[in-house]
Amino acid sequence: MSRDYFEFFELPRNLTVDFADLERRFHALSRKWHPDLFARKSQPEREESLEASAILNDAYRTLRDPVKRALYLLKLEGFEIGEQGSKDVPPELLEEVFELNMALEELRRGDDSALPQLEDARHRFEGMREELDAELSQKFTAWDAAHTQPTLNEIRALLNRRKYVTNLIAQTNVPNRV
Amino acid sequence: MFQIEFDSSDDKVVGIDLGTTNSLIAYMDLSRPAIIPGEDGDKLVPSIVSLSESGEIIVGNPARQELIDHPDRTIYSVKRLMGRGVADVQDELKLFPFRIADDSDSVIRVRLGERTFTPPEISAFVLRQLKKNAEAALGQPVSKAVITVPAYFSDAQRQATRDAGRIAGLDVLRLVNEPTAAALAYGLDKRKEGVIAVYDLGGGTFDISILRLNDGIFEVLATNGDTHLGGDDIDNLLLRIALEDLQSEWGEDLSTSGEAVQTLRKGVIAAKEALSFSQTATIAFEWKGKSYAREITRELFEGLIRNIVDRTLGPCRNCMQDAAVTPEQIDEVVMVGGSTRIPLVRSAVEVLFRARPHTELNPDEVVALGAAVQAGILAGTVENQLLLDVTPLSLGIEIYGGIASKIIHRNSTIPASASEIFTTGIDGQTNVLIHVVQGEREMVKDCRSLARFDLKNIAPMPAGFARIEVRFLIDANGILNVTARDGRTGKEQSMDVKPTYGLTDEQLEAAIQESIDHAEDDLKNVQVAQARVDADAILHATEKAKRSEAYTDLDPQEKVALEDAIRQLQTAYQIDDHHLIREKLDLLNEATHHLAENMMNSAVSSALKGTKV
Repeated sequence: MSRDYFEFFELPRNLTVDFADLERRFHALSRKWHPDLFARKSQPEREESLEASAILNDAYRTLRDPVKRALYLLKLEGFEIGEQGSKDVPPELLEEVFELNMALEELRRGDDSALPQLEDARHRFEGMREELDAELSQKFTAWDAAHTQPTLNEIRALLNRRKYVTNLIAQTNVPNRV
Repeated sequence: MFQIEFDSSDDKVVGIDLGTTNSLIAYMDLSRPAIIPGEDGDKLVPSIVSLSESGEIIVGNPARQELIDHPDRTIYSVKRLMGRGVADVQDELKLFPFRIADDSDSVIRVRLGERTFTPPEISAFVLRQLKKNAEAALGQPVSKAVITVPAYFSDAQRQATRDAGRIAGLDVLRLVNEPTAAALAYGLDKRKEGVIAVYDLGGGTFDISILRLNDGIFEVLATNGDTHLGGDDIDNLLLRIALEDLQSEWGEDLSTSGEAVQTLRKGVIAAKEALSFSQTATIAFEWKGKSYAREITRELFEGLIRNIVDRTLGPCRNCMQDAAVTPEQIDEVVMVGGSTRIPLVRSAVEVLFRARPHTELNPDEVVALGAAVQAGILAGTVENQLLLDVTPLSLGIEIYGGIASKIIHRNSTIPASASEIFTTGIDGQTNVLIHVVQGEREMVKDCRSLARFDLKNIAPMPAGFARIEVRFLIDANGILNVTARDGRTGKEQSMDVKPTYGLTDEQLEAAIQESIDHAEDDLKNVQVAQARVDADAILHATEKAKRSEAYTDLDPQEKVALEDAIRQLQTAYQIDDHHLIREKLDLLNEATHHLAENMMNSAVSSALKGTKV
């Protein structure tokens, strides 16, 4: 049994995944490996089933989510994906981030007048994330067509920005019980 | 010829609902799950354990009376203490008459008279009683079981439940979440596809699970709950009112008298149950010649419990959010647990999910029936159905600054795993300590400590050079298994495991050892039960044979001998001695020998007569 999630599902290393097909494979593999079906088998067989179904479930969780799937593929292709990049403010967002921090600061001091501003910021950031997702989806198709490294570089950059924007969205969701 | 075939290799797997208030045991009878009642015919075995003054353990209905007569030697609702530490249960202690022994540490010890027991040991007494009931009814030993747990139970609570099973001499093949078991019991697989919500409000715990059904696969999408919310809390509200009444009417504070509180609790529960069917009910209480009666209207009752019912709705909404479903997408709602008989609970659920909930199956029995179905799946007798459950709580490890870094998120399908690489922080360091927690909060202090793993005997080397791969695996029972490997040598890394709550391996071994002393009695009971099953068969067959033509051909002496053998077996039947029953069984076998021959001959001759040559 392979520990490579794509191989486990007998899928090519593609970034576009047909969800219905993935789910069908998941159910079929569950029927093959789930520990419930090995209760009467020998100890080594039971251990193998536990190991295989853990990999299966981990793989399904990873592959059905586009971002997790892409991060996983980057790792398989030898990219180091740590925290770097996500902490540095992308230059085009400097002004936005500055204003967001001001608004959050006002809220912390008990000034609720910044709330609408926060709401606006959230909508903007969510819009940005949608754009990033659209761009990512294009790059996924590009990777699937040719499997070239430069595409992965671009995907990595987009994922870093997406992560940054997602963090910003989380900040705008700060409950007002500060 | 009357000997019946008995196949003891056919080891039945039973399903057990180890409940806060009541426990049940069930098995697959051909293709249908069935509950096995106790000796008194009651399907529900109250989860009450009492230690008699002569040192005997009393379980179930007989222990109920002990709760009133000897409250200091009797315990109920021990499930609330499973897998928890003394500090966790301070709130419970205000409401429940648990007597915690002073030597409790990471494992609570409860006092019953002059002895102390851990919660798994007390639960094991209940399990042993259920096992005995099943063995008597099935006439064969029972050693393998599926036991249900609240879906929202933590790792420590699950381990404690499994420990209880092992102490009771059961091989616990699987722990199954109660709501998922209920979904299996409802046989909703007849519906090919759909989304099911299971709302389970029991005596002490609340669970909500949302499942997707697809061609026999029950995939849990999300689960949520509160392990300290249930019918007990409703009882306590009514109890408080009654105690306040008594304080003002009689000028007596009865809350410190265990006997009075237990008697009153009985009256409170009766009133609560009556309110599910009528608009008013009376809490009646007799105490030392005085009597108290308080009428409770359903309106007042609903006002009282509104808050408790509302507390179940938050987890339901969170669960829908985690499962990414809206109320409109939920096709079926299943109700589980005695508290779902309360009309207010039903209407609140109906409003929230916009669907009329299923209540066809007895909410007290549905979990045990589902456990039996799961037992059938494990035994291979139930085919095509498969349960894919999730872990209810995120698993995290402590990192710098006391932060809990999540490595397996809640609602991940189990088995699930995560691998992390650990290294040393200073030159020559030979130990690395990993602290594992469960919970959703950011900080370790707000999560629940699960265990500390001490990776030891690491070869001394410069800081950051060691490379220890630790694999965290949550198995299909929802229990964490940890293994570690030296990434440089590939060899297994040695480590010590210190569970934060729960029995250490040594404590568990000691408890199992103690229980083996009881095992001899248990074995004897099984042998007696087996002998009785065989005796039933031959007595029945003999009665039938006596009505046949062949019987009339016996000479009078033979008939007398036969009657005598029947009487002897019937007498032996009443005695708990399988040797004696077997002996009389052989005697009857002997006495029926000629009768059997006659029957065979007449069968042959009548067959010949019917044949046209």
